[in-house]
Amino acid sequence: MTPIQPLSEAAFALTLALFLLAPLAIAGVALINAGLGRSRSAAQSLLGSLAILAVAAIVFALAGATFVGTAGAAGHAFQVAGKSWSWLGAGPWLLGGLGAASPQAQLELLFEFLAVALAAILPWGSGADRCRLIAGCALAALFAAFVFPLTAHWIWGGGWLAQLGVNFQLGAGFLDGGGAATVNVLGGLGALALVWIAGPRRGKFPKEGLSTALPGHNAVYVLFGCLLALVGWLAWNLAGAIVFLHAPLGALPGTAVNTLLSAAAAVLATFAVTQIRFGKPDASLCANGWMAGLVASSACAGLVTPLAAIFTGLVAGIVTPLLVELFELALSIDDPSGAIAVHGAGGLWGLLAAGLFAPQSGQLVAQLLGIATLLGLVLPLLYLLLWLLNRVLPFRVDPDGERIGMDLHELGGGAYPEFVIHRDESYR
Amino acid sequence: MKYAGLLVMPAGFFLSIAAVLLFPAPAPRAAFVFCGLAVEAMGLAVAVRGHMEEIREKRP
Repeated sequence: MTPIQPLSEAAFALTLALFLLAPLAIAGVALINAGLGRSRSAAQSLLGSLAILAVAAIVFALAGATFVGTAGAAGHAFQVAGKSWSWLGAGPWLLGGLGAASPQAQLELLFEFLAVALAAILPWGSGADRCRLIAGCALAALFAAFVFPLTAHWIWGGGWLAQLGVNFQLGAGFLDGGGAATVNVLGGLGALALVWIAGPRRGKFPKEGLSTALPGHNAVYVLFGCLLALVGWLAWNLAGAIVFLHAPLGALPGTAVNTLLSAAAAVLATFAVTQIRFGKPDASLCANGWMAGLVASSACAGLVTPLAAIFTGLVAGIVTPLLVELFELALSIDDPSGAIAVHGAGGLWGLLAAGLFAPQSGQLVAQLLGIATLLGLVLPLLYLLLWLLNRVLPFRVDPDGERIGMDLHELGGGAYPEFVIHRDESYR
Repeated sequence: MKYAGLLVMPAGFFLSIAAVLLFPAPAPRAAFVFCGLAVEAMGLAVAVRGHMEEIREKRP
């Protein structure tokens, strides 16, 4: 097992302060989800984000935290080829012994609380305008109890992916300081599974012709959400670099600069792509590009040079709007928030970029193995679990509820009671 | 078809893991991991194709 680096008091205090800003990433994503949905589902979207955060926190405290474990602590493992493969953590139940745990372990736990909430909110945005609140909460419970702890143990808790460096000389093992895999890819793959199971919004894909455009109702929410997310992401990446990459304090400004550069390059690239494609820049796609740059930086901001961070952002910004279009027009995937392209694909690209540009030899293969695990094991597992959950607790609201809007149907009142909500042309 | 694709994807994962166990040399190890990812990509493509057919059949 890799020995845990002792954390200085200054690093502990700084990380704790950063965790006060990190929830802004969640706030930003929740606002973006609400803005990209329709006006008659806005209140349900934001209330859903709050409820998901609450359910995820409680379920993670009750069960999930036990299975994550910490690096160097006991876990469930099996032996293959003379190497130990730790697949599940074995921490104390119900956060037992939290006060007596090392500062490093306490900070890891705090990070994981925020991470599980963000991971569970991502699919909620993709299921906007058709998924029930109770389904979102059930999905959050599933994420917090099992899926997230399993993945987080492999990557953050000293599991077999983290040990690839020690066991097989693959760089420093699978690296994911800011949660590109454990949060963003996991959430993006959950979004894909949810969209596949719940199906598209009514009227999205008519019998003939192209898909119906159902634009987000408030671009201001979306763009302000991006600004909030920047603050959150900076805190998230810096805290992750301290806690999981054991970065010295002197390396943190570089991590922050890389985060900003990646997002900046991404939004400018998306701006240019949409300008070329449509003759004018597209606000919601630019927001998607910005977020994809932040997501990609989660994997590599603490590991690469500023030039590599700009390249990572540029690629994310070019590919994201094209993927959003491809998913909707060619692959019949109705993803209102774009979480599959932004968080799923953006996270995968960031993980790959970390392998391409990290200085350690063998790091690329370690990152590829992590990507293979997420795609080949976690996605089918997520699909199976969500399919079973959907059999017990159907995700989708009835057609009448979808017609009148989720706010009226589920909450009994709209987000904008003083405004006239336009008749929906897609239901003719 | 979607389920067939999703079943193929873990095969790619196990291929990647086998690469780490079977090949100590970096080049064949990396090549085998890429092969595993290619199998996963094929599985994903089949699953996406299955989803598209489902949507086409259900269109009103």
